Amino acid sequence: MSMDTTDPTMVRFGRYLRDNPIIPLLVFLILMIAVLEVLRPGIVTPFRAGRDGLISTFWVGNLIKFAIPLAMLAACQVLTMLTAGIDLSVGVVATVSAFVCATLSAIWGVTPAVLIALSAGLVVGVVNGIGVGLVRVHPLIMTLGTGLIATGCLQVYQRLVINAGTEIPALLAWLGTGRTAGMPNGLFVFIPFALFILWLMRYTGFGRLLFALGSNEQAAKLSGVRAWQVYLGLYVLSSLIAALAGLLYLGMIRQTSLSLANPLLLPSVAAAVIGGTSIFGGRGSFAGAIVGALILRVLDTMLTLMQMPEGARTALFGLIILAVTALYVRITGTR
Amino acid sequence: MSSTPLLDASDVAKSFGAVRALTNAHLTVAEGEIVALMGANGAGKSTFVKIITGALKPDAGQVLIRGKQAFVGSPAEARRSGLVPVYQEPSLIPDLDVSDNLRLTDTPVDQFQNWVTELGIEGLKLSAMIGDLPLATLRILDLARALAVEPDVLLLDEMTAALPTDLVERVLKTVRRKANDGMGVIYVSHRFTEISELCDRATVLRDGMSVGDLDIEPGVEERVVELMLGQKIDIGTRQILQANEPRAKTPRLSIKSLAFEPSFSDVSFDLFPGEVLGVVALEGQGQDELFEVLAGFDRPSSGSMEVDGKPVNFAHPADAIAVGITFVPGDRSDALLAQRSVKENIALPFSARLNNWGPIKLRHERDRVAYAVEKLQIDTRAQGEVQRLSGGNQQKVTIGRWLATGVETLLLFDPTRGIDVRTKRQIYPLVRELADQGAAVLFYTSELEEIPLACDRAVVIFNGRVVDVIDAADADEQTLMRAAYGLTETEGAA
Repeated sequence: MSMDTTDPTMVRFGRYLRDNPIIPLLVFLILMIAVLEVLRPGIVTPFRAGRDGLISTFWVGNLIKFAIPLAMLAACQVLTMLTAGIDLSVGVVATVSAFVCATLSAIWGVTPAVLIALSAGLVVGVVNGIGVGLVRVHPLIMTLGTGLIATGCLQVYQRLVINAGTEIPALLAWLGTGRTAGMPNGLFVFIPFALFILWLMRYTGFGRLLFALGSNEQAAKLSGVRAWQVYLGLYVLSSLIAALAGLLYLGMIRQTSLSLANPLLLPSVAAAVIGGTSIFGGRGSFAGAIVGALILRVLDTMLTLMQMPEGARTALFGLIILAVTALYVRITGTR
Repeated sequence: MSSTPLLDASDVAKSFGAVRALTNAHLTVAEGEIVALMGANGAGKSTFVKIITGALKPDAGQVLIRGKQAFVGSPAEARRSGLVPVYQEPSLIPDLDVSDNLRLTDTPVDQFQNWVTELGIEGLKLSAMIGDLPLATLRILDLARALAVEPDVLLLDEMTAALPTDLVERVLKTVRRKANDGMGVIYVSHRFTEISELCDRATVLRDGMSVGDLDIEPGVEERVVELMLGQKIDIGTRQILQANEPRAKTPRLSIKSLAFEPSFSDVSFDLFPGEVLGVVALEGQGQDELFEVLAGFDRPSSGSMEVDGKPVNFAHPADAIAVGITFVPGDRSDALLAQRSVKENIALPFSARLNNWGPIKLRHERDRVAYAVEKLQIDTRAQGEVQRLSGGNQQKVTIGRWLATGVETLLLFDPTRGIDVRTKRQIYPLVRELADQGAAVLFYTSELEEIPLACDRAVVIFNGRVVDVIDAADADEQTLMRAAYGLTETEGAA
């Protein structure tokens, strides 16, 4: 009667992919890299261009380097989306943190600057957490609002420190641009960070509660979970991650602006969604979001290489995100 | 007397998947006749009502109005052919004012206002927002709106539930007068007093079948109760014949004059450790809200609660859990994380408190979950996602959650609703065993025959009040049914 595939092997394969969403994502990533190689022979495999080496560590290192801040912001989206929320303030928080750090380093030195930059993130996180958890404002509205407020505050702050000049702390510059054995030093921060997030989601009570709130808040309440505590903790954590990502990004770009990391916001949402995190809550994977971030970086490189005009690039970027997500949903049967 | 009845529903059958809600239901309403539709919980009453009003399509059988098959599965069609329902829940849109609501259903405003006055509501403004009006007024507006279109057949589904006595009188008088003018009325209700005052005839449903058609006369209540009971399938025998004597002097849970307006207004009882206390109530007598208040979801509007002799006041279910009161709600979907595993569902309370946000104690968790799974014999073949489990196994998971944490006081709300007989037979001995180990259990069930199987005593709640406390072990179903319907030994209900 219906057109559904009822072949049991297909069903089992679909279920396997759903339980291991990372596999089709990795396949897709490799496929995209292959396309890139076809477009510009030698970019990934130097020997085809007559140089030494099977895989270009320079290219891979670059890919990873730029994916790190994106993947960190995607972690914010994964964690909040687990509870059916979202954090639209992360781009601004990263920007604020970078700006505050760069300006205060010139005045008070690096350590207080970094601490104050992180506390700025903390403040936004507390406000988000109170708004979402206690006042029950929808996370989309709440974080959009705090993001705008933070942008306004940053502009005021800029007037105050306009003559101070900026300084990029040496450690951040080393993390952001330095390499060890061909790989970016940012991994010294990112690998422990990623392990922490994976552990948090899987092996801690807090992680369990994120999944529980997103699956059925009523059931969580019934089991004695005070949801506001979890929301407060969650949005504080999300903002702290964003502030940390902002510091790394500062070291990478080595200059400040009032909208430094803002363009990373929507790609961070896209990376989480491509990585198999449901915006309706209860299902998500940070490993998937990391691959999602890598996919987005490769896509960006590809579109740059094709020398498309900016408008067409942006439009195509959006189209491809929709296509990937649709394909992914079709394959794994998730929503 | 015209020969064709106003409404004639015959041989109506309806199944939901494997569940046969109706097998063979009949109902006729002649001109000027008021017919009560009665049946115990789960007899198929609401399904039948939905079919008559066109909200559901029957699998078999037909519904004729004035001899014509006027509608199939469309409430709007039913309304046009002259059948207008008034339900227990107000069906007015809260964000619109009165006149906008009337416009939605093309209701003539003048007639509507006449009926509102006739029914005893003074000074209603058409610009009043529905959301600002009290519940009793809304019930009257619903009825006035139905009467304003001059229906051939009026269906009243538990419509007096939220009304004060004086308005009930008005409503009954008005309905009677309209019937004398020729309107047919279907009156769905649990209340014998109203039925004997108002109705001409009663049709009784049991297990999806019409089992009797009785003229209303003195003493008909007994016949109706008998018909509603009928022959029941055996669902097990009581394992423990001796009722547990209360072991402690202090009740585990003691509530006095507890009220949550307007759902229940005066509920008092003591629940002792080692005891299973049944709650006998028809649907909608305030028991849903009572359990939610006891579990900490709602605050009572008045009255007091004590746990182990100390007064308590719950602002959140976590407060109730902190003093050992745990709740298994009637709707499993309220209690389960559908996409998560059996383990995560059972272990959820372990992570609930702030000081358990850190690393999960994997060994402790594994042991406790294994204990609950084994104790309840949960089928774990599909343990990856509880939504893939059968209803019975899902229910075991919701109970297992509290077995894993250790049970002190367990509130079980209709734990056997919609589950298979085999699982039911596992649940009663389990409840007894928990009580034998010193737990206190409050047990509401919509199936009266379960009361003697699982309980020591039972409180009867009717119309938001405790009307009786009975010894469950030797209460037969007839006694329970009579009590549930508010019929006391000396005729004349609450």
